[in-house]
Amino acid sequence: MLVFIPKIVAFCCEQSGVPAAEMAETLKLSVPANLEIVPVPCAGRTETLFLLKALERGADGVIVFACHEENCQYLIGNMRAKSRLLYAQNLLQKIGLEKERLEICNIATNSGVKFAETLKDKAIRLKELGPNPLTRINDPLAHANVGIKE
Amino acid sequence: MKAGSNLEKVFTQGHFAVTAELGPPKGNDTNVIQKKVDFLRGYVDAVNVTDNQTAIVRMSSIAACSFVIQMGMEPVMQMVCRDRNRIAMQSDIFGASALGIRNILCLTGDHHTFGNQVNAKNVHDLDSVQLIDMVRTMRDNQTLLGGEDKIEGEIKMFIGAAANPFADPFEFRAVRTAKKADAGVDFIQTQCIYDMDRFKEWMKMIRDLGVHEKVHIMAGVTPLKSAGMARYMAKNVAGIIIPDALIDRMAKAQKGADEGINICVEQIQELREIEGVHGIHLMAIEWEHMVGRIVEAAGLLPRPQVEQDSGEKV
Amino acid sequence: MIKAEQKPIEEILTYLDPYKKILLSGCGACVTVCHAGGEKEVSLLASSLKMARNLTGKPLEIQEITPARQCEPEFAEELAEKAEGVEAVLSLSCGVGVQTLARSLTKTPVIPGVNTVFMGETVSHGVWEERCQACGNCLLERTGGVCPIARCSKQLLNGPCGGSSKGKCEIRQETDCAWQLIYDRLKSLGQLDKLREVIPAKNWGTESRDKGPRRIVREDLKI
Repeated sequence: MLVFIPKIVAFCCEQSGVPAAEMAETLKLSVPANLEIVPVPCAGRTETLFLLKALERGADGVIVFACHEENCQYLIGNMRAKSRLLYAQNLLQKIGLEKERLEICNIATNSGVKFAETLKDKAIRLKELGPNPLTRINDPLAHANVGIKE
Repeated sequence: MKAGSNLEKVFTQGHFAVTAELGPPKGNDTNVIQKKVDFLRGYVDAVNVTDNQTAIVRMSSIAACSFVIQMGMEPVMQMVCRDRNRIAMQSDIFGASALGIRNILCLTGDHHTFGNQVNAKNVHDLDSVQLIDMVRTMRDNQTLLGGEDKIEGEIKMFIGAAANPFADPFEFRAVRTAKKADAGVDFIQTQCIYDMDRFKEWMKMIRDLGVHEKVHIMAGVTPLKSAGMARYMAKNVAGIIIPDALIDRMAKAQKGADEGINICVEQIQELREIEGVHGIHLMAIEWEHMVGRIVEAAGLLPRPQVEQDSGEKV
Repeated sequence: MIKAEQKPIEEILTYLDPYKKILLSGCGACVTVCHAGGEKEVSLLASSLKMARNLTGKPLEIQEITPARQCEPEFAEELAEKAEGVEAVLSLSCGVGVQTLARSLTKTPVIPGVNTVFMGETVSHGVWEERCQACGNCLLERTGGVCPIARCSKQLLNGPCGGSSKGKCEIRQETDCAWQLIYDRLKSLGQLDKLREVIPAKNWGTESRDKGPRRIVREDLKI
């Protein structure tokens, strides 16, 4: 039976998101399948373009893991990421895509549990939202983010 | 005599002058003008006719002034720089003069975005100071602006302008009025006064600059109708200052309107005592029928009868 | 520099409706500085447009390019060559660039993707304000370096008007009164006497924008 397994791209800040991901792995916590982690030196390195390109290339959802508001090592990189995300969400609404596909999550280095839980939640929400409409249009008979349910 | 208008003669003969304001109709209903003229008859020496005030489209000042003359009162034609370039303004001044208009008030004009045609192209070819200079050139040089083209006929205009002692920067306001005097202004009407101390300070600066000897200053007064009106004006109208004490007085009064009139009369009496103040400009916004009562209570009746050019008394 | 902002994407999509293949051209000069039409903005807009058109079932092929400038004939001609084979060019350069390019492209429509708004200063990152309106006869010497034509809402030369209150213009709280700025500056320079003289009426028709489209010629530079 074919099921929809959402493709998630996670931009992970190397000061917070990446250590949290490693912690999750150490704790043997499960994360959604079809997850691509993109490490960035700071959440602020995430360009608005990356968020859109991810969707353009077929991702169903994008998440940015950034440091908590006051904790950015580069001072306001996390704030910049947030502004860009809001800008991208605005663009998505104008072109007919759901802005909920993009989100930002503030996290600390030791939050392995939060990392895993957040991604699990995202996968659930994306299942409800449905596949990226662009992938359906590009290839109506097959779906890139489909897996076999055991 | 620069123009020989009634207002000019009242000043020249040393009387304390009184002017009021009249807003033309938002269309062509001249009954609106007739009603207002009737309210003011006998109580003023001349009446200002506004020019698309707050950028709301109304009958042109020149047309409305012409009706005012026909109805037996002397107008002060207000002309703003916002809507017309120098070609149109000089052309209108020719027409105004031919229609018998002898007083002109040269103003910058409220910004057009306050009005009801916000997408208009803003003109502001000249500013008020340059407009004063232009009218003076037309009158005394008998040429157009630029000094080259001779005017056919004589343009007799008594030139007025506005001053706002309550705007900023305060230290510069009197100097700006002095600039208007240099440009050729004959009389000044101020923004309505509530802060008497600030006005007196401004008048002192005016006197120190010697402006009061070249120019007739008319103090602006507007009766308050209610404490609400006072609070609204204090908060929302740029360039108006109302002391809290005055707002309190209005709030505590039994009948706000009556108290407003009393305050206005007291103000007029205090203003008459200030050296250099030669008259009052009574702006009873949407309350024109109160002008008579105020003028009478302030002891300014009867208005002086001055001789017209034909020898007839007005 | 010239400051512009991108047109709403809905408007751009309307203009692009008849076309299937376009060249999207940014500009490396002014519009890059104000983040309206530089290389980054070209990529972002291209991605957005492609997705938008895919969603409506009418794919749009977009070639992206960001030349150093669009407002010089050499650059425009080079760009025109790159436009062979596309149905239209969407240009994110200012109005000058769009027109220069259009002159070189007689058979291909050139569509503006930004609104050219003013000549201004970067006040802070992401905030730009108007400073100059190319009046043709700079009077900054007598106004302490603050321009009343660009910054006074009524372009007064003998301001301020009676609506100046606490340093702000009567039309909105966020707008500084240019004449308060001029006064403060001249005061700190010890040049307040400059404000005592009446500045005469401006020669809009012979020195300024109302003499028709203007032109500068340097004979010594003409080849």
